[in-house]
Amino acid sequence: MGVRGQRIFRGYFSLFINGYIVNPAPYSAKLCCIVFSGKFNAVWKWFHKLGAPKSFFEMTGLWLPLLGVLTILLLVTGMVWGLVFAPQDYQQGQAFRIMYIHVPASILAQSSYLMMASAGVVFLVWKIKLADVALQCAAPIGASITFLALITGSIWGKPMWGTWWVWDARLTSTLVLLFLFVGVMALRSAMENQATAGRATSILAVVGLVNLPIIKFSVDWWNTLHQPASFSLTEKPAMPAEMYQPLLVMVLGFYVFFFLIWIMRMRLEILRREHRTDWVRRWYAARTQHAI
Amino acid sequence: MQFDSLADFMAMGGHGYYVWSVYAIGLAVLVINLMVPLLGERQLIAQAQKLRIRELKRAQAEAESGQQK
Repeated sequence: MGVRGQRIFRGYFSLFINGYIVNPAPYSAKLCCIVFSGKFNAVWKWFHKLGAPKSFFEMTGLWLPLLGVLTILLLVTGMVWGLVFAPQDYQQGQAFRIMYIHVPASILAQSSYLMMASAGVVFLVWKIKLADVALQCAAPIGASITFLALITGSIWGKPMWGTWWVWDARLTSTLVLLFLFVGVMALRSAMENQATAGRATSILAVVGLVNLPIIKFSVDWWNTLHQPASFSLTEKPAMPAEMYQPLLVMVLGFYVFFFLIWIMRMRLEILRREHRTDWVRRWYAARTQHAI
Repeated sequence: MQFDSLADFMAMGGHGYYVWSVYAIGLAVLVINLMVPLLGERQLIAQAQKLRIRELKRAQAEAESGQQK
């Protein structure tokens, strides 16, 4: 607790022990200052605006070119760096270069599920329609990235472990992740009613969160062929900088790519869902011929 | 630069087949992901175009039948 926190705490404590209200005004004023200060208000307003389909569509329209350029820059840099300039591994030789696709795909597979499930929570709690759109659009991208993680892992496993596949904890729980993504997609397409489909897929996505810690800790909890995480937010990686720097670039590139595709898909879904509104009609009118 | 020649680069120390198939599949997944929304947008606009032409034709036909009366 900082000095200021202590002062506030002591203030309320003295109120309590004295047994009568002295003057809570300074404290509540302080709290109000923090919560409703100009900056916080602006951020809140920005988020609120982002939640409305129309402003989301307008705002993201400006972001797309930037995200596209950033994706290309990061992925091209990371790939050339990883393929040509990173030093070869003393055990795996050149085959370790598979890492620059496999690791970003695996990291993104898990965090895209986390993002999808967060959208599910937002939809269940606040009933924001855009969260439902986000959930629906994240599922197919997440599925494809999880598929990529599995298949590249399999191709890496063959020369290193001598087998394409083993039914161990890490691989199996990642396969379950793929099924969860596909399950969300299937559930969505099986339900006619938009509102019930939104609720059902959100619940499925949130329940599936149980799988994420299992994937993460599978390499520590069970004996497995899969090596433990080479990366963590808190520790320095065990590999040399020349090896992990391109990996960081690739991870970043995959993330930006995910956001780019996610936003593109969400924009289309908004156009489909809001096709009766004036602004969508105007959007189409600007892109179609006016005369025969 | 970790490789002496292009052939060396393609061979990837004997693991060329594995490394290059991973990169090919990776790129394919990224490109397909990109194509789906791009084609989807084109499709939506084409659909809207069709609807608009139908509307315009109907309006034209109505105007002509109005003139005949």
